[in-house]
Amino acid sequence: MTTLLEFVSAVFIVIGGAFLFVGSLGLAKLPDTMRRLHAPTKATTLGIGSLLIASLVYFVGLRHTAGVHEILITLFLFLTAPVSAIMIAKAHIFRHQQVQQALSKDTGGSGWATLNAAPEAVQAAPAHAPADSPASPKA
Amino acid sequence: MIVAACMFALVAISASLLLSAYRLIAGPDATDRILALDTMVINAIGLIVLAGIWFGTAMYFEAALLFAMVGFVSTVAFCKFLLRGNVIE
Repeated sequence: MTTLLEFVSAVFIVIGGAFLFVGSLGLAKLPDTMRRLHAPTKATTLGIGSLLIASLVYFVGLRHTAGVHEILITLFLFLTAPVSAIMIAKAHIFRHQQVQQALSKDTGGSGWATLNAAPEAVQAAPAHAPADSPASPKA
Repeated sequence: MIVAACMFALVAISASLLLSAYRLIAGPDATDRILALDTMVINAIGLIVLAGIWFGTAMYFEAALLFAMVGFVSTVAFCKFLLRGNVIE
């Protein structure tokens, strides 16, 4: 039983390390930002989830200690990885004119939220507005 | 068996930290650098969890949890700054 649990834990550790490496390899190799966004948000999240499963198997099965922290870390990372990915994508759309022109028209009529949130900021202070400049919205 | 798997994962995570550092230095735009920093934080969490398994102590998981929270907050703050020119409006 102990050997089996150890084997399962080792397999999950190897899978986790391999997926973390694949995620960073994609981050380094892929050609543009929108494609680079895929590798860390998917492969790296899978890798860290696998490592945490390995840790859960190891500590609960072999050392008989409760694994609350692993569940907390897993929950937190799986909730926050899509949020940070969509924030980075929004910032990338906001900063590049040709990406904005390549966007498809929406059918709802309200427009892209990234561009409509602060129209005066889009026109007046595109990218490098300092925090206390008069052009920044509601500063 | 666990130690051999941990050694493999240590090498893989170190290599992925180096690849993320390359993107952090060479990234053509600020969003690439934010993404590389986010990936480095997740790799560091992986290293901490790996050290916890290797040394057989559950003491490291608080550090991993704090890393996860601080990494997420800093990523969102960087993106918010790029989007609005301000973090807290």
